[in-house]
Amino acid sequence: MICMNFGGTQVRVERKKRTESPLFQKVLGIGIALLLVILVTGIIIALSGKSPIAAFQCMIKGAFGTKNSVAETLIKAVPLLLSGLGLTICYRTGLTSVGSEGQIIMGGLMATIVGVNLGGLPAPVVIPMAMIAGILGGGIWAGIAGLLKAKLGVSEVINTIMLNYVATYLVAYLVDGPIQEAAGHYPQSDLLGKNAWLPIILPGTRMHLGVILAAVSVVLVYMLLWKLPLGYQMRAVGNNPIAAKTNGINVARNMVLAMFLSGAFAGLAGSVEIMGIHHRLMNGFSSSYGFDSMAVALLGGLHPVGVTIAAIFFGALRTGANTMQRTLQVPVSLVNVIQGLVILFVLMQALLSRFTIRIIQRNAKEKGAKQHA
Amino acid sequence: MAEKILEMRNVTKRFGKLVANRSVNFDLERGEVHALLGENGAGKTTLMNCLYGIYNPEEGEILLHGKPLKLSNPKDAIAHNIGMVHQHFMLVPPLTVLQNIVLGQECRITPMNLSRARAQVEELCEKYHFQLELDTKVADLSVGAQQRVELVKALYRGADILILDEPTAVLTPPEVEGLFEILQQFVSMGKSIIIISHKLWEVKRISNRVTVLRSGEAVSTVMTKDVEEADLAAMMVGKRVSLEYEKTPVTTAQNILELKDVCAKGAHLASSLKHVSMHIREGEVLGIAGVDGNGQLELSEVIMGLLPTQSGSVYYRGEEITKMPTRKRIEQGFAHIPEERMTQGLVMNFSASENMIINCYDRPPFTKNHLFNSRQVKENGKKLVEEYDVRPRDPDALARSFSGGNQQKIIIAREFAQDPRLVVAVQPTRGLDIGASDFVHQKLLEQKEKGAGVLLISADLDEVLAVSDRVLVINEGEIMGEFVPGEIDYTEIGLMMGGTKRTNSKAGETA
Repeated sequence: MICMNFGGTQVRVERKKRTESPLFQKVLGIGIALLLVILVTGIIIALSGKSPIAAFQCMIKGAFGTKNSVAETLIKAVPLLLSGLGLTICYRTGLTSVGSEGQIIMGGLMATIVGVNLGGLPAPVVIPMAMIAGILGGGIWAGIAGLLKAKLGVSEVINTIMLNYVATYLVAYLVDGPIQEAAGHYPQSDLLGKNAWLPIILPGTRMHLGVILAAVSVVLVYMLLWKLPLGYQMRAVGNNPIAAKTNGINVARNMVLAMFLSGAFAGLAGSVEIMGIHHRLMNGFSSSYGFDSMAVALLGGLHPVGVTIAAIFFGALRTGANTMQRTLQVPVSLVNVIQGLVILFVLMQALLSRFTIRIIQRNAKEKGAKQHA
Repeated sequence: MAEKILEMRNVTKRFGKLVANRSVNFDLERGEVHALLGENGAGKTTLMNCLYGIYNPEEGEILLHGKPLKLSNPKDAIAHNIGMVHQHFMLVPPLTVLQNIVLGQECRITPMNLSRARAQVEELCEKYHFQLELDTKVADLSVGAQQRVELVKALYRGADILILDEPTAVLTPPEVEGLFEILQQFVSMGKSIIIISHKLWEVKRISNRVTVLRSGEAVSTVMTKDVEEADLAAMMVGKRVSLEYEKTPVTTAQNILELKDVCAKGAHLASSLKHVSMHIREGEVLGIAGVDGNGQLELSEVIMGLLPTQSGSVYYRGEEITKMPTRKRIEQGFAHIPEERMTQGLVMNFSASENMIINCYDRPPFTKNHLFNSRQVKENGKKLVEEYDVRPRDPDALARSFSGGNQQKIIIAREFAQDPRLVVAVQPTRGLDIGASDFVHQKLLEQKEKGAGVLLISADLDEVLAVSDRVLVINEGEIMGEFVPGEIDYTEIGLMMGGTKRTNSKAGETA
């Protein structure tokens, strides 16, 4: 309990006993946080001399205005969603992974190797093969971090960050050497065989099969966490590893498995991005989807449905900002500001909702000005 | 009539809806030991925390030397010469004794700056005949010595009124005697002591007056010499309860569990198991008595497969299970009521019903055809909450929102719903009031009646004696002796708990 005195009034901050607040309160909290984000962003845009209203209109139009913009929003949401779902699993298991970026890159690399070399095989064969390669690539990459954590107690935060660098520079080396395109001009791989490209599901746009895969993954992760005994196990480990161990649950195995699964989804994100959008491997193809997906997972309340909404929101921000820059010359980097503010305000409301704030007038009866924000 | 130095009038302290203290009156005279007696949760510690400035009471006033006293934090209390020794010591283990004593009073605690303080502390130690090595690290001290450091710390801060919260809970019988001598000395030098306790004999032994608290209210204040222990007990619980249970004698000689010459490395040398051999029979409650931290926890962990053995072997119904993983043991009928409810027993952010399946979530009916059935989990929760009278009767409420007693009920419901063959109960009633403790005991005995073997590990000797068919005493990881409750007196048990092996002739009969 913290007490602060301002003149005659006392502000008391107390920890609430229950941490699980009702759903409407959570939604209300996030709603207030997002309102504040819009307000602050509006102020920033206004300061730069542009009309905030016009900017927001432009963004919304850019993200959802046409068939094509909806498709663009969705394909940007796909890697965020897949990677965010992976993180949902490992955060629920109590592991703070920061390694999605590296796992996406490794997934993309593995899918590229299969897609380039086996691109002659028929599509129904090569597409699953490339994806499985990507899934394994990301999964094993994350599994390394999981093993180090489970067996040696090395912090997964540190080793996933370091593995990000290893993956980034490994790909930088490979595309400039062993797997560089035959033409040899740019640091990038050859194009994947056409059969390895993900089919377009909405003609006239770039919307590819990955959107459906992502939707299926939402259901899979939901099933895993709440409809399989493994999910119960993982959540128990995540909430209280000591109790889990006392009741005979193998904590180490669950940690490695959760990391592997989280990496597998990130790897799938990477392979989908390569096979659906870029069709070849190059530096920075992931454009920090991995890092943004951490925000997506947290903003989505570590629930597959919430993560889906958050991923679409972040996808829309990315698409909308491009339009906004084109029309109004408001720089795209504003999106980073918005994303930063979203994380800041959402985390703040999550923290504040654990406390009861009371303002007490001295010498007067308790005036319970309760606040949950 | 002695001088009244402290008075608390109509003190009321609420926590939300819960009234921890209701209009309590309490006073303290110079040079007396005033005991505050009550069950767990009667509001003793809360009342003293109000006096020490940790809590602000909503109503009532505190008078020191007849003048009203306003305390907003412990610093104020210390400034008014009130000192408190908490149940859990407030010491910094890596610092030396001297540094701990002056911590908070001196700005710098480097050895060079402490020469003046050292002289003062040495003088204090001499005056009260304390033997403390000022340069030893607190981490290396025994619990008794740590307590003496706390006492000297309070004295160094100039305490005239000393509050002791359950000071004997962690001490061995000889250490308790030592403490009482020290307290008597304080009193003879004009200091006043408030001692919080729920042990009758100790109140009777050390105090001049007793105030009995029951559910937050002061029941009465009496001169200790005018009352018997039984009277105090009656005041404390409101009705007379005798800690006596009907026990059916053990009929079979069938061992459910056997340990042969087991050694295991514990948290400390003193708690490491050293060549422990023992057995539990079907339908038997085997009690393990001993002062906390003498290997009881390690023993339970070895049996549950949570701590590997270094040597020796463990047999379950005749088969060796020394290396069997915990999960397998649970599946074969082991039940575990762990010492730490909140960390080992429950996942606090899970609902009650989710907690009630953590030992069986992967078996039918909760997992069928590899699918986890959350409806069954809820049904099961609803049923068990009813059956074990968990309150509130809400299986969807988070474990953290239940009171300690009800949290324990959740654990017991979970463990006993599986019809265990062996129950390992570690401190199952710690922190529970008499009603809840009685419930736990009944449930343990129910399992015994059903033919399960029950291992009851507890630091509460009365509990061990009341519930067990047979008792082993453990000290520093070694079994000191075995007896049947009623066979020997407290002195002899105390001796074993303090480290004397039982060497009497009866050993031959019981073995």
